[in-house]
Amino acid sequence: MKIINMNKILKLSFTLIGFLAVVSCASDGKPNYQYMNNMYEPVGYETYGEADIFPGGQEAMLPAEGSIPRGWQPYDYPNTTDGLNLAKTDLKNPLLVTEESLAEGAKLYTIYCAVCHGDKGDGKGILVQREKFLGIPSYADPGRVITDGGVYHVQMYGINSMGSYASQTNELERWQITQHVMNLKATLKGEPIMKPAKVDEIDNALMMTASDLSETNHSLEVVGQKH
Amino acid sequence: MQKVNFTKIPSILSVLALAFMLTFSTTIQAQADSANEAAQTEAATPAADGVGDPAVGKSLFNANCAACHKLDKKATGPALRGVAQKYDREWLYAWIKDSQALIASGDAQAIEVFEANNKSVMQSFPALSNGDIDNILAYTSEEKVVVVPPTGAGEIAASSGSGVSNNIILGALTGVFLLLIVMLVLVSKTLKKIATANGVDYGEKPKGTPIWKSFVENQFLLLVTAVLLLLTAAYFMYGFFMQVGVDQGYAPVQPIHYSHRIHAGANEIDCNYCHSSARKSKHSGIPSLNVCMNCHKNIAEVSEDTQAEGLNEYGVDYNKEIKKLYKAVGWDETTQGYTGESEPVKWVRIHNLPDFAYFNHSQHVTVGGIACQKCHGPVEEMEIMEQFSPLTMGWCINCHRETNVNVSGNEYYEQIHEALAKKYGVEQVTAAQMGGLECGKCHY
Repeated sequence: MKIINMNKILKLSFTLIGFLAVVSCASDGKPNYQYMNNMYEPVGYETYGEADIFPGGQEAMLPAEGSIPRGWQPYDYPNTTDGLNLAKTDLKNPLLVTEESLAEGAKLYTIYCAVCHGDKGDGKGILVQREKFLGIPSYADPGRVITDGGVYHVQMYGINSMGSYASQTNELERWQITQHVMNLKATLKGEPIMKPAKVDEIDNALMMTASDLSETNHSLEVVGQKH
Repeated sequence: MQKVNFTKIPSILSVLALAFMLTFSTTIQAQADSANEAAQTEAATPAADGVGDPAVGKSLFNANCAACHKLDKKATGPALRGVAQKYDREWLYAWIKDSQALIASGDAQAIEVFEANNKSVMQSFPALSNGDIDNILAYTSEEKVVVVPPTGAGEIAASSGSGVSNNIILGALTGVFLLLIVMLVLVSKTLKKIATANGVDYGEKPKGTPIWKSFVENQFLLLVTAVLLLLTAAYFMYGFFMQVGVDQGYAPVQPIHYSHRIHAGANEIDCNYCHSSARKSKHSGIPSLNVCMNCHKNIAEVSEDTQAEGLNEYGVDYNKEIKKLYKAVGWDETTQGYTGESEPVKWVRIHNLPDFAYFNHSQHVTVGGIACQKCHGPVEEMEIMEQFSPLTMGWCINCHRETNVNVSGNEYYEQIHEALAKKYGVEQVTAAQMGGLECGKCHY
């Protein structure tokens, strides 16, 4: 009888050890195993996957040279001081002021700009308050000429310590942000802000802007017509 | 175990003491200034003689200059400590007020400085008076304050010390318990020995049926036990099979230690700032390194508090991690330019749906307006990113059943929304009622 008991205990301990072995394999550092790999793993190369075929073994690569994102329009002002000055004087916002464009601009501004420039554009964003970034100027700074074209140009290429935001936003979004920035500047300086046009005005204006834009910007035209 | 709430006190105290000293030193300086002023009887323009107030200068410097200049390190512009000794005061006034005019006037020194700094144009500051500039220059002329590092080392020692003491206490306790057990066994043995020596007879116990045998003979008990055992086994088997393929809690080690706690939590940077493609694409992309460099071009080192916190609480040297980023993106700190030699960072992807399930971020983030935290959990508190949700089908479906769809301002679909609401007899339709449970929505 005693022998039987010993056997039982032995078996039990073996199963326990086996169970512990399986459980202890589940670590946070490795993904869990799967039922049917063929259905989990894609046939094509997975986004952010690894494969020998790519240089560096990574699926994530820079786009081939010369490739153009959908809806991209050439931007002719060069990334120089002269280019910035030219953009400040010549480049105008082709986007019609609508409620949607202002709301979208404000939303995007909050995401991308407000951490440094502050919700009001006074240069007192959270990163400035926490002294991670210093010396962010207010949009109302008298020493600076801030125009539509300048704001767009700086978003496109960045300036000094500010980086380029061209990879995070598209052309339309940059112009929407520009509208919001110009409104913030006007508010800070106590000037009248841009208000959305009335509906019948929009129809008239659309005809005008459509022809104005045809040379510079096609994608915006389409967006404008939706409203 | 490692929770030690008061280890920071020495460091905080020392910082306070330092601040205390500095406060007094500035007032002394200010007094010296006012003494100067009184001596020279130059009312209203105390700084006209070129002596400024460094405290005022610091705030002016931070507000106007710090975007491009650091004191000891080249940034967009050159390092400014000791600049007042390098150049003539009058020349500096002219340069700061309008550097471009100075360059245009053909000033050789101005052109030299301009050329030496990649011809980046310095902002003009016509609003700054000579007195303001004197204050700024007084600040830049201050000696570098060498912060004594032992506070951090002391903290490490303190925290590890308490950890050791905890372990010692635990070890001692276990030792005591073991001793007790051994003693008990020994005592019972000696007692038995004494008893037998004294002639006490324990007597043989009457041998009844062993419990094991009686158990086997009792058919009912056997059946109940078998059923119970099977049920328990089934329960654990079910649990085991259900977690296969579920990666909840998966927190791999990333090639560069990136703290969401600092970026999204303390600094309140919007998730969409870095994961900008979540707004308009199927994937919420891992940001490319140029996005990191938007800020880290300027932030080459974390603050001392953050660094100490990283070392003590998380065992991470944040400054080293930033250096890893610079290496990968090919950024040369000394020249403040890209070397062109970059290498890929092999981030480990955490959230990964199986290929047979379709999920679109923009649909949920932009159209649905769902907060990132709903699925990804409190990312802003995570030092190490981990998968928060199970990402199973049941989990998806559950949310679709519970979530009302915001249909306001969507005139194009107004009729169908009304018809659906009427059909289900509800005020607001859920995602499920709009077809969010159909197989083909996610599996095709």
